[in-house]
Amino acid sequence: MGKRVLAILVEDRPGVLTRVSGLFSRRGYNIQNIAVGRTMEPGISRMTVTVDADPLTVEQIVKQLNKQINVLKISDLTDEPSVGRELLLVKVKAEPDKRGDIQQMARTFRARIIDLSPDSMIVEVTGNNEKLEAFLLMMQEFGIKEIASTGKVALFRGNKLIRETRN
Amino acid sequence: MKLTGAEMVLACLEAENVDVVFGFPGGAVLTLYDEIYKKGLRHILSRHEQGAVHAADGYARASGRPGVVFATSGPGATNLVTGIATAYMDSIPLIIITGQVARPFIGTDAFQEADITGITLPITKHNYLVKRIEELPHIFKEAFTIATTGRQGPVLIDLPKDLQAEEGEFHYPSRAEIYGYRPTYEGHQGQIAKALARLRKAKKPLIYAGGGVVSSGAHLELLELSQNGAIPVTTTLTGMGSIPYDYELFLGMPGMHGTYAANHAINESDLLLTIGARFDDRVTGKIEHFAPDACIIHIDIDPAEIGKNIAVHIPIVGDVRMVLREMLRRFKKGETEKWCAKVKAWKAERPLRYKQEGHLKPQFVIEELNRLSGGEAIVATDVGQHQMWTAQYFQFNKPRTLLSSGGLGTMGYGFPAAIGAQVAFPDRLVVCIAGDGSFQMNSQELATVVHYQLPVKVAIINNQYLGMVRQWQKMFYEGRYSHTSMDGSPDFVRLAEAYGARGLRATAIEEVGPVIEEAFQSPGPVLMDFHVDPEENVLPMVAPNTSIVDMIGGEE
Ligand SMILES: Cc1ncc(C[n+]2csc(CCOP(=O)(O)OP(=O)(O)O)c2C)c(N)n1
Ligand SMILES: [Mg+2]
Repeated sequence: MGKRVLAILVEDRPGVLTRVSGLFSRRGYNIQNIAVGRTMEPGISRMTVTVDADPLTVEQIVKQLNKQINVLKISDLTDEPSVGRELLLVKVKAEPDKRGDIQQMARTFRARIIDLSPDSMIVEVTGNNEKLEAFLLMMQEFGIKEIASTGKVALFRGNKLIRETRN
Repeated sequence: MKLTGAEMVLACLEAENVDVVFGFPGGAVLTLYDEIYKKGLRHILSRHEQGAVHAADGYARASGRPGVVFATSGPGATNLVTGIATAYMDSIPLIIITGQVARPFIGTDAFQEADITGITLPITKHNYLVKRIEELPHIFKEAFTIATTGRQGPVLIDLPKDLQAEEGEFHYPSRAEIYGYRPTYEGHQGQIAKALARLRKAKKPLIYAGGGVVSSGAHLELLELSQNGAIPVTTTLTGMGSIPYDYELFLGMPGMHGTYAANHAINESDLLLTIGARFDDRVTGKIEHFAPDACIIHIDIDPAEIGKNIAVHIPIVGDVRMVLREMLRRFKKGETEKWCAKVKAWKAERPLRYKQEGHLKPQFVIEELNRLSGGEAIVATDVGQHQMWTAQYFQFNKPRTLLSSGGLGTMGYGFPAAIGAQVAFPDRLVVCIAGDGSFQMNSQELATVVHYQLPVKVAIINNQYLGMVRQWQKMFYEGRYSHTSMDGSPDFVRLAEAYGARGLRATAIEEVGPVIEEAFQSPGPVLMDFHVDPEENVLPMVAPNTSIVDMIGGEE
């Protein structure tokens, strides 16, 4: 098993998210996280799906996804040079005497403090999964109240693009 | 041209040369049904939506044209679910049109609202909820294109009630532009060359053919390839009829209730040429033991079937008929004489057999139905023992003559499917071989055959049990017959008569022939009730998840 990151271009139609995610659950594949957003082309969305599966299973997933009428293109970014990022918001306990430490830590991770209240603050950090895990670990020391995170989004490095093949 | 939604539906169907639809009305399709009334579109009214959808499926399997179904919203739509799943599993082209509550009510739990596009998402090839009148013609064109091309399957269109009355500009597109849908038809030349080279070297090649041969219309090419190469053939339940029964290299059906020759040929083959089949577990048994020494070539239109259940050495994605034609064009025969002799000996020495002694045997009834139908019948079956006996003992010579729910195994499929086939071919002999259990799942359609005077001949193989389940209880649960007795079933002859059909019964061997003859000569619908040995088992049998050469029984 291993993490695979798939970028899927889909037609922006009602139910398309259900079609894609439903296919994963129905065939017994587990989605670790999923992010959906726009592309340069109106009417086409890009989904980034992270799954934990062996290569044969991923091959079957890709084939099944390709059968969906609203799926236009699938790329596996895992084995090629690519960059991936997630965004994490952490609401952390911040008694006045700890704020300095938190700020210090945030700087190390290039995180930003985006909200401050008498006894908590919200820190925003982006990065790859490992970085976010490490950041969370550090924040635990202060007491995490709540987190919210996006799924991963990813692009190939260099000139390589994923384009829908409208003809 | 300005038309209402309902008028558009009929115009689309006309443009697609649809001459009959199967359906059942209700509140959300009143406007549509009013249009049917005005235009006089041929419509077969069933007595349950499940009957309508199976009939459309039977029509499609028998004729090769897509079957069209109408049903209302909510319960009408949900009653279709089993039939849609049945068609999906066997890749049968259907267009299902359901009514939906009016657009402003969608999502409010309105009266008779059901999210049928959500419900049928995993059992349709694609589905649509029409939201704007301008989309309707395009959606219909897409739906027909998707249902009938590539790997075929059911497509559902959900039509809100208010949209059926709304007016819009109508222009039916001549073709559909579907960006995310491009089936591959032509096989890869390099892969075909590789396959041919391996075939030429093979000493023990075997063709394993399935429903894909039937849907692509490749039965003649299949036979030619088998003849040119002297390659024996086994066909699955859904592939039955694509090879004539009495062809010397035809080995019958493989798998759980397959023939000795077919299962042993798979086991010993050094090359398995798989054509439009999908390695279903009822065929393969324990997959690790399936065709252990064979190079596996797999021809299929659906790339997702390749490598799904078994590792394939030479995949060829494409339309079966086109690929076979290309193979035939460049074909050179290998040396298979010894192998053919061996396979033919298996066939001769280990045929399917049963003993006709004591009670009337179900296999005998199937043989008599076969004999008296003169090889021209279309046969629909239900699911259970009678279905397997039909596959074993009825001699199918042409494609599209056995209509049976293979993938889903749907009891109650046979009778409505026979109705659909009879609608497609009013002058042919259509026989439904039913189980006493299965028949009761859609016996209400007796009203349909009587109403339309469809001369369907129903043969109930009445063993007073859910026989196939009883057989498993006998073999694997020490004979504990938990809820498999059909005590309380009606007198089927009187049931038929109550509907105004003819009913006949045979309980002894000598009555079987005369009853069948009388039924076949009778102009209208007839039900035959054959009281057969309640404890007869389907043999040979391979226990689930064991090797297909570990066959139990079938020796006498
Ligand atoms: C709708 C449905 N329910 C349950 C089953 C499970 N099942 C498979 S075969 C069978 C027995 C069918 O009995 P009958 O129609 O009398 O046929 P027989 O096996 O006796 O020939 C049952 C219950 C099924 N296939 N389909
Ligand atoms: Mg029975």
